[in-house]
Amino acid sequence: MARLDRPVSRRQSQWLLLAAVTAFAPLATHMPVWLAVFAGAAFVWRGWIIQRGGRLPPRWLLVLLVIAGSLGVFFEYRSLFGRTPGIALLLIFLSLKLMELRAPRDAVVTVLLCYFLILGQFLFTQTILTACVTCLAVVITTAALLAANNDRPTIKQQFEHAGRLLLQALPFMLLLFVLFPRVNGPLWGLPEDRRTALSGLTDAMAPGTIAQLSQSDAIAFRVAFTGAFKGIAPAQSSLYWRGLVMPDFDGRTWRVSQTREAYTTPPYAEESRHSKPIDYELTLEPHGKRWLFALESPTTLPAESGLTRDYQLLSRQPVRSRMRYTQRAVPDIQKGLTDPPEVLQESLALPKNSNPRTRAIAISWRQRHGDNDAAILQAAEDFFSRQLLRYTLNPPLTGSDSVDEFLFDNKRGFCEHFASAFAFALRAAGVPARVVAGYQGGEINPVDGFLVVRQYDAHAWTEVWLSKQGWVRVDPTAIAAPRRIDSSLATAIPANETLPFLARNDMAWLKAIRYQIDAVTNGWNQWVLGYDPQRQRDLLTRLGLDADWRNMTALLTILCGASLLLLTGWVLRQRERIDPVRRAWQRFTAKLAKRGIVWQPWEGPDTLAARAASQLPAHATKIHAIARSYARLRYAAHPPSKGLVELNQSIRDLSL
Amino acid sequence: MQPSEHHLLLTQLLTDINRIILGKKEPVRMALACLLAGGHLLVEDLPGVGKTTLAHVLARVLGLDLQRIQFTSDMLPADIIGVSVFDRASGAFHFHPGPIFTQMVLADELNRATPKAQSALLEAMEERQVTIEGATRALPAPFFVIATQNPAFQIGTFPLPESQLDRFLLKIELGYPDAAAERELLAGADRRQMVAELTPRLLPPQLLELQQKTRSVHASPALIAYIQALAAFTRSSPLWVAGLSPRAGLALLAVARAWALLDGRDHVLPEDVQAVLPGVIAHRLRFHDDTRKVGAGETANRLIEAVPLP
Repeated sequence: MARLDRPVSRRQSQWLLLAAVTAFAPLATHMPVWLAVFAGAAFVWRGWIIQRGGRLPPRWLLVLLVIAGSLGVFFEYRSLFGRTPGIALLLIFLSLKLMELRAPRDAVVTVLLCYFLILGQFLFTQTILTACVTCLAVVITTAALLAANNDRPTIKQQFEHAGRLLLQALPFMLLLFVLFPRVNGPLWGLPEDRRTALSGLTDAMAPGTIAQLSQSDAIAFRVAFTGAFKGIAPAQSSLYWRGLVMPDFDGRTWRVSQTREAYTTPPYAEESRHSKPIDYELTLEPHGKRWLFALESPTTLPAESGLTRDYQLLSRQPVRSRMRYTQRAVPDIQKGLTDPPEVLQESLALPKNSNPRTRAIAISWRQRHGDNDAAILQAAEDFFSRQLLRYTLNPPLTGSDSVDEFLFDNKRGFCEHFASAFAFALRAAGVPARVVAGYQGGEINPVDGFLVVRQYDAHAWTEVWLSKQGWVRVDPTAIAAPRRIDSSLATAIPANETLPFLARNDMAWLKAIRYQIDAVTNGWNQWVLGYDPQRQRDLLTRLGLDADWRNMTALLTILCGASLLLLTGWVLRQRERIDPVRRAWQRFTAKLAKRGIVWQPWEGPDTLAARAASQLPAHATKIHAIARSYARLRYAAHPPSKGLVELNQSIRDLSL
Repeated sequence: MQPSEHHLLLTQLLTDINRIILGKKEPVRMALACLLAGGHLLVEDLPGVGKTTLAHVLARVLGLDLQRIQFTSDMLPADIIGVSVFDRASGAFHFHPGPIFTQMVLADELNRATPKAQSALLEAMEERQVTIEGATRALPAPFFVIATQNPAFQIGTFPLPESQLDRFLLKIELGYPDAAAERELLAGADRRQMVAELTPRLLPPQLLELQQKTRSVHASPALIAYIQALAAFTRSSPLWVAGLSPRAGLALLAVARAWALLDGRDHVLPEDVQAVLPGVIAHRLRFHDDTRKVGAGETANRLIEAVPLP
């Protein structure tokens, strides 16, 4: 035990400094530069004092530094509360606490501060790397805690001891992780994450918006197919991950018009004419917006979400942490046959006096085909293929009549140009049409079988309303670049255009490594970070347990109790194994201890007997006899056969 | 001889010695234990406290031949182990044995000699034989070396390296006598004369039998475990540069056995180990902080109090 009057030794200071630096280093990158320098300088100063000697700074200077640091944090963040300012304050306290290590109490406070800051890392990142760094830091800090109590063992022994202790704690940690009843919501979510910028689709689409996304290989979401499609993903060309519906056009930009949920259950019939339902589980990376992605057409809605009038899937809260939902999609469901007229009206609106050439040709289709909308749609598709449009990542900039310029002048564009022009042309011909943005395709990771959809899979297409069929998906990009839809982006664009590394088709070995890393990361996300009530239920059901939280608590209590019982039993057994001679000696020393003669564990029997006899001269003979008898039993080659019985008897007879 | 006879004989030996070396019961007992355990003894202290007298007394009462080698800085190995000289009359080389060919060697002021001369003696101590010009010559049995050494801070000394110190089973210090003993010494007869008048109590075969008896003193598993725990602790403790070697553990056990025999016991107690610990570890453990002058007793106490009895 730490004695309160003992000063903190040099060795202990070194340990504490090491623990503080390991707790600080990973956090430094999240801190403002001045703070990192402040804490770093404090550590260097402390190290200097340890190595070269010197006095610790006086208390008034520390108080000044604390005030200065706190003011710095306040002016940096305009607050002393919340994630980053809180951690920043604690880092300042930690770096200055090292300057006043005067008693073991200070050492313990430092260690606890280190533990807290180590956990604080998870408020910033939760990757596997973070977990590894954290484990290392916990070992070092635990070793420092051990050293704070006993600084005699070597560095290696301290680490071994700390490692052993933590390994012993590991089973309990796993039990608690698996069985402790989970609450909904992320393990490490904090309200402050709101302002973080995340890449992904936005609620408006202008020329260039999606081409920009095609330069990012960040993951949008991962999909595990289950049911009939387990192990065999549906064809690439059917993987349209519908996200935002944009009926609102101002001549250049398409926008989402509705963000109100209209339906809490799908308003269309579930039965399909001839296609199999697709079951899957989608893990969405946080993108900070409300919309969710799903294959057409979802038959159930994720928890806390709804459909808008144009069947856009919306979560009630912005997606700020990884979110997982199970879906069953039925293709070929007819939707929108009963849509209210204002929805159709909205899908016909056009800005006045824009794109005259497209309008003219659209009006010519209407004149030729009368009120046959399906024939007009066919005419539009024919027109798009006749124009020999080229699919490219680097289209030329367009002016105010962007659709005209794309269709008649430069004839080069990315998917947003195609979708925009197609929807415009149909509206000009009087057919309700709108732009839909989402993702198309994805890539199966052969390691874990997950379909990974990245930002460069972002895509835009159109939906056209036909009186007999409702809303029909039409992808004008497929007319010019069918390979974008059938296979991937890389096969569809010209070879000289640059793509993010993962979207490319060369460098297979590097890609294989990335697959591995991604599979591990995904496993981590799914099973560690994403271990939510649902996963817990799944796992426990698979283990044949009823996953009610009451049962889980009971199971947890039983398992922890059983382990503790086992441990206690083991300790007791160890004690049982102490031989009877030893126990006799313990009884003897206990008797002496009552008279204030405490046996030191290093004292031999004769030494103790001599000491005891001098203090209790009346019992000297008996004490000496007991000690001699014990010594013979323990150390002689041939102890007397009845020695133990006699020893016990004489200890009983000894009444002090 | 019966066990009680051993004890009687050893008590007589101690009485004889203590009559001449006054007020030094503990070191004398240690010295005798060292010889019973068959090891060599290093006596370190200032000149004139009775180191040489101790050697003379021991040789006398144990009935051993004593040769004294006074080490100096110009000494050569041949001065210790002997030399072959050409005999003109027979036309051949004849070996003239050095002073080492005896039962007990008093190596006086060992640390005044150069390392080369020191190592000639130390090798003989270890091997108990001497190899000169290809011929190996056994040294007599029993063979003891009692080396004396001045504390290293005196001028003109070559301190012995740790590896060679390890060859001495025990290191003892005599120190100044207490007031009463010193007065008695001043008033008493000439020590040299008294030594000459002593009668030997033992013959060499009896001494060998006593040594045999020492080796058969019982060490219980609990005691073996204790010695091991002591050695293990010195290895893990940051106090010392290096821990005790297994050879040191063997030395500790051997001397503890002799100590038990001197007490008339046929088994070793932890107290025996604790009693001889200072002499066994004083020249084997070196503190990290070398500037502090820590006595053998304090070192041993620290060690004893850190290791509980198993």
